Amino acid sequence: MSQPFLEVKNLTVSFPTEDGLVRASNDISFTVARGETLAVVGESGSGKSVTSLAVMGLHDRRSAQISGQAILNLESGPIDTISASPDVVRKLRGKSMAMIFQDPMSALHPYYTIGDQISEAWRLYNDGDKKAGIKRATEMLDLVGIPGAAKRVLEYPHQFSGGMRQRVMIAMALVNNPSLLIADEPTTALDVTVQSQILELLKNMQKEFNMAVILITHDLGVVAEVADRVSVMYAGKIVEQAGIDDIYYQPDHPYTIGLLNSIPRVDQLEGRRLIAIPGQPPSLISLPAGCSFRSRCSFSSQVPNNLCATAVPDLDQKISGHFSRCHLTEDQLKKARVSTGAVL
Amino acid sequence: MTEPILKLEGLKKYFESTSGGIFNKKKGIVKAVDGIDLEIMPGQTVGLVGESGCGKTTVGRTVLKLYEPTEGTITFNGQDITHLSAHEMKPIRAQMQMIFQDPYASLNPRHTVGTLIGATFEIQGITPEGGIKQEVERLMERVGLNPEHVNRYPHEFSGGQRQRIGVARAIALKPKLIVADEPVSALDVSIQAQVVNLLDDLQEEFDLSYLFVAHDLSVVQHISDRVVVMYLGKIMEDANKHDLFRAPRHPYTKALLSAVPVPDPKKSRAREKIILQGDLPSPMNPPAGCVFNTRCWKVQEQCRVEVPPLLQIGNVQMGNGHRLACHFPEPA
Ligand SMILES: Nc1ncnc2c1ncn2[C@@H]1O[C@H](COP(=O)(O)OP(=O)(O)OP(=O)(O)O)[C@@H](O)[C@H]1O
Ligand SMILES: Nc1ncnc2c1ncn2[C@@H]1O[C@H](COP(=O)(O)OP(=O)(O)O)[C@@H](O)[C@H]1O
Ligand code: SF4
Ligand code: SF4
Ligand SMILES: [Mg+2]
Ligand SMILES: [Mg+2]
Repeated sequence: MSQPFLEVKNLTVSFPTEDGLVRASNDISFTVARGETLAVVGESGSGKSVTSLAVMGLHDRRSAQISGQAILNLESGPIDTISASPDVVRKLRGKSMAMIFQDPMSALHPYYTIGDQISEAWRLYNDGDKKAGIKRATEMLDLVGIPGAAKRVLEYPHQFSGGMRQRVMIAMALVNNPSLLIADEPTTALDVTVQSQILELLKNMQKEFNMAVILITHDLGVVAEVADRVSVMYAGKIVEQAGIDDIYYQPDHPYTIGLLNSIPRVDQLEGRRLIAIPGQPPSLISLPAGCSFRSRCSFSSQVPNNLCATAVPDLDQKISGHFSRCHLTEDQLKKARVSTGAVL
Repeated sequence: MTEPILKLEGLKKYFESTSGGIFNKKKGIVKAVDGIDLEIMPGQTVGLVGESGCGKTTVGRTVLKLYEPTEGTITFNGQDITHLSAHEMKPIRAQMQMIFQDPYASLNPRHTVGTLIGATFEIQGITPEGGIKQEVERLMERVGLNPEHVNRYPHEFSGGQRQRIGVARAIALKPKLIVADEPVSALDVSIQAQVVNLLDDLQEEFDLSYLFVAHDLSVVQHISDRVVVMYLGKIMEDANKHDLFRAPRHPYTKALLSAVPVPDPKKSRAREKIILQGDLPSPMNPPAGCVFNTRCWKVQEQCRVEVPPLLQIGNVQMGNGHRLACHFPEPA
């Protein structure tokens, strides 16, 4: 793979609150190259959105404490969106990096036509009058598969279905050909039928624009369908990171193994009992000492010297390209995979 | 032969509705449920699936008489309850309960868990053996909550724990039927499995019947014996889950199943999807003929004019039949 387009290094985002410091995103590092899709999975509150909002420079810097780097390797040279001035980052947004959200209604303005909103985004970076903007908006609607685009640019968001609004969001995000697209749960609110339309569209758009894509989701089915690589997040940290097949067929972290065992799947009809992960994630304000997953982990007793309770495991590369944050040795992990049975 | 615990015949629920937004209001009739025949046997779990807005919730709420049916009959445990008043429904309510999607919205935030679960007995004027307090603690224990937390308020619990409170309330009166409307949709995957397993266990313990409404076909497949597929207020297909998931015969079911993502990258790459074009038509103005004809990948001229009847082959209630509404079904 060529040089990655985005390099996130030791990114940490914390929010001071009355109850204490919320460590939402904790020492996160990853890269994404153009043409590649990185999926970020994890349960709600694990820090997926906080991490991507930091890359996009969308946190309120008065309430969020941010450290680390998020470097965009632009043709003109690298820029770190964490340390760059707000003006510089604002100019990068839309043009070099764009984001789409779970709830398109909250991101679209109810009183402006779809055409006006897409055209507005285009005219921020392009010389052209309103007419040229509407022409561009029509092209984009057409590209994202909205029939009758010429007529529909004149309509308002409420006249569009949920799936069509998500297409509009994609059109708006892509209008300036960004090199990086972050899609935060883009299909979570949609029916599976519409979800597959949108995933297909995202794949085609990625090819068309040769984008680096970060797809945030909690759905391991969606991940299997679109991702090249996966980062699994738990309690603000990346606990496992690997190529797509490794994650599903050689999962290394007990949390990933647990997730894969706990989901019902349409491709397995025989009524195997789901193996639930007991308990719930820890509070990000008072993270336990040692491994954050320990209270729910069934393997911690295999690690000698009570290490899971005292030492935070590092994100180690156990085999090439496969990182895991766990004290178990590769041999113990192999046994763990087999003993839980359900993972293929 | 055993009698069904629930029998719906020609059930319809229409809403008068204003649609459109701030700019163009339209008045019309939404045919949310448009002629449903369905029998659920004791101890059976019937999953109800379909895209958003197809009428799943409305079926569930009408069954419980939270909505007054527009037409048709509802027979519960041999008794016609279609036109019973709220007062007459009271003893029956104890036997049919509901679990909701949003565990937070369905629990009064000002009451403790103990009060919330205990209220189920008070409303019915029932004193359980050993008293309400003891029974509440037993129920909390049964659904996996710590009975010591009986005086805590809903906001002090996580989403999964709140759903357990909802489950404890639903099973308190030992009902025969539970309508569960998206009971795990709001929960994280790792927590979903805990609640799904709980629902599984309770069914065995109390010989419950579930009408399990959900849009997540993986969850429905796991928990159901039989699955009913709805589209625009009507049943398209109904079969035991093995038949339905292995060999769906209705073009809509086939498309719907093919769209479910499989958490296995190799299988996922090898799979062929049927991607449906367009969106669900408005239920205020459903297509003539087969309601699915505007998106069907097998549509023929006949489909646009003639409504396909829901035909039954074998005995679907008993798990060896199939019901299907299509002029050109896939081969068995
Ligand atoms: N009280 C109401 N007044 C008017 N229309 C209603 C009412 N309740 C439901 N509807 C309409 O009836 C149809 C069926 O709605 P219902 O809530 O049963 O769908 P659903 O299948 O449960 O969808 P979802 O998957 O989104 O929960 C929809 O078109 C909905 O807008
Ligand atoms: N502005 C904020 N102030 C305080 N806490 C926040 C803020 N934004 C997010 N958090 C907390 O950070 C954690 C991670 O949130 P988020 O990244 O949104 O999770 P998700 O993985 O579901 O996207 C959560 O505990 C959330 O409550
Ligand atoms: S470090 Fe210990 S507690 Fe954490 S995942 Fe590994 S074995 Fe489990
Ligand atoms: S009746 Fe026709 S339109 Fe309807 S599902 Fe069958 S083939 Fe498709
Ligand atoms: Mg989020
Ligand atoms: Mg519903």
